Amino acid sequence: MNLLGNRNVFIVVGAVILVVAASFCIPAKERKGNGGIMLQFVNCIGDSLVRLDSSLYKNSYGQDYSINRIRYYIGNIKLYTKDGKEGYASHEYFLIDEDGSSPNTCYLDVDPLKNYTSISFIIGVDSIHNCSGTQSGALDPVHGMFWAWNTGYVFFKMDGKASSSKSSGNMLEFHIGGYKYPNNCIREVSLNLNDNDIHIMHDGYGIIVIKADIGKVFNSVNKIDFSKISTVTDFHNATTIADNYKDMFSILKIKDEK
Amino acid sequence: MKSKSFLVILSLIGFIILLNGFVSENPYFIITKKDVEVQHPKGFPKVVYEFNNNKPTPDGFILGRYLFYDPILSKDSSISCAFCHQRFAAFAHIDHALSHGINSLIGKRNVPAIQNEIWQKSFMWEGAVNHLEMQPLAPITNPMEMNEELPHLITKLQRNPAYIQRFQRAFHDTIINSEKVLKALAQFTGLMISNNSRYDRFIRHEDTLTSMEFAGLNLFRSHCENCHKEPLFTDNSFRNIGLVLDTLLKDSGRIALTGIVSDYMKFKVPSLRNVELTYPYMHDGRFRNLEQVLNHYAKGDFRTDNFDKSILRIVGLNETEKIQIIAFLKTLTDKTFTYDRRFADPTLY
Ligand code: HEC
Ligand code: HEC
Repeated sequence: MNLLGNRNVFIVVGAVILVVAASFCIPAKERKGNGGIMLQFVNCIGDSLVRLDSSLYKNSYGQDYSINRIRYYIGNIKLYTKDGKEGYASHEYFLIDEDGSSPNTCYLDVDPLKNYTSISFIIGVDSIHNCSGTQSGALDPVHGMFWAWNTGYVFFKMDGKASSSKSSGNMLEFHIGGYKYPNNCIREVSLNLNDNDIHIMHDGYGIIVIKADIGKVFNSVNKIDFSKISTVTDFHNATTIADNYKDMFSILKIKDEK
Repeated sequence: MKSKSFLVILSLIGFIILLNGFVSENPYFIITKKDVEVQHPKGFPKVVYEFNNNKPTPDGFILGRYLFYDPILSKDSSISCAFCHQRFAAFAHIDHALSHGINSLIGKRNVPAIQNEIWQKSFMWEGAVNHLEMQPLAPITNPMEMNEELPHLITKLQRNPAYIQRFQRAFHDTIINSEKVLKALAQFTGLMISNNSRYDRFIRHEDTLTSMEFAGLNLFRSHCENCHKEPLFTDNSFRNIGLVLDTLLKDSGRIALTGIVSDYMKFKVPSLRNVELTYPYMHDGRFRNLEQVLNHYAKGDFRTDNFDKSILRIVGLNETEKIQIIAFLKTLTDKTFTYDRRFADPTLY
């Protein structure tokens, strides 16, 4: 119990550091008027921040695993106002890349002071962007999130190790993509927002912190046994994982420190 | 005084001409605006790839042409696109059943022709690639083919003075990225259009067919047309024509992509344009010549349950009919295309 409390402290401190770091990362010329909203993705396992390589985690079967890479695409971000109307829609894609240093922020050019009641986005890349040829920025294939042998983006990539994995080198490889029926792995996520979920910074920016609990990828509607499923790199089992990763997001509550 | 300034001007002109000689990328053969106009041959359907945001320009095309012929695209600079895709074979690989890649590794597929790509909905034998611009990523990153990593390729190009210039000319800025590499290659391969075979000229009433070829055309229309649809000689669909799985290669076709059981051993209907030049045949090059292909259809020994029943009508084709069909298939050879200097190695022409 005590331990859990400690972890909570850890995560709050971590998130605040990231939030502050992020506010320095946006170039001054991009700051307009009232600011905008920054969406901050914080990758966690349970209540603690993900630590690559070193930390050991447990799945629902009690099997140990470690993580050395997490990347995923977020797109179609929409904010809804009280009357249920779409207050804002972004057409950009963002690559969330857990490399332990850069903050994973998506900048939304939108009034942070409006009363938003929910936010939705997809994890993945929609079929239009999967079929429109070469693209730059987050969707540039140089990021290693593109399957050349089966044109399309990898939506979610988690590499790691588990002693129970039967793959060579005890590898875990979860590379999930596919935008076509019946192997469509695009998942829409919708989260409710309360008034104090948008933190207004001194410079007029609003920040929403979204927690991504990577542990859920193996433990949600589907329980993943690493001795049976340790690599997913094509359509086999892909939707099983996708049905899990859609559950990994929640709004992170941070106490405002005025 | 007068003659002196005349001399100065003259030497200036000389200097400019000299400079041009050094700078010009095409000392022997100039690519003009007209050379990169996209043709829409009469009778062809609407194109799939419309060159949106990638309208061909002479400099973009030239860049694509250099990239296509340059082994810099492979990890150890040993293999270019043209190594596998030979111009004189309508950009297939003559006499090689399976592709040969880096370190002489043998791939698992036969190299298809590159022609009329802008009418194709998908690429590769099982349709794995959905867009012309994305197609080169497959050979570039395939460990059996060019085995290169995209970020490494981009770095190599960014350090190469000749390419810095070519990218600058083609795209008018100094950034070299994967998007530009892929767009330039699409300008080059997208313009590879074959529409001047004897068959095409016959259709346009500019040439005649022999009676044997004409009989072949009629047989073709009654037996083959539903899949190898004129004028592209493919309907862009995936079909199973009763070929047995090669137990060594284990290439079961489209099922590996979709997981749909009925896609077992389905492969893309290949265009038959320039088919005389693109031997050996089928996705794994299992047939050495057209006679063997025709024998496969005529014999009717189709050994997968879900083969396309429309091929049953070909079963029992007699020897004369086979010869006539083959004679017709050879009218699809397009020398204008295979000798087109626009697509030649830029370091030679
Ligand atoms: C090692 C040999 C090899 C190299 C090098 C190679 N290719 Fe290919 N190419 C192939 C093979 C084999 C196929 C068919 C692959 C398949 O179906 O899986 C193919 C297919 C294609 C196709 C699709 C044709 C169609 O209609 O489906 C195009 C276009 C193409 N290659 C262009 C290129 C370009 C551009 C390059 C250079 C970046 C290149 N190739 C390099 C062997 C090669
Ligand atoms: C049911 C559709 C269908 C019909 C009808 C059909 N084909 Fe095909 N054809 C295909 C498919 C699919 C392939 C590729 C199969 C593979 O590689 O596994 C092919 C391959 C070929 C090839 C090899 C081309 C290459 O580049 O490798 C030739 C030649 C050919 N067909 C000729 C014919 C002729 C001639 C007829 C009529 C007598 C005919 N086909 C009827 C679907 C069909």
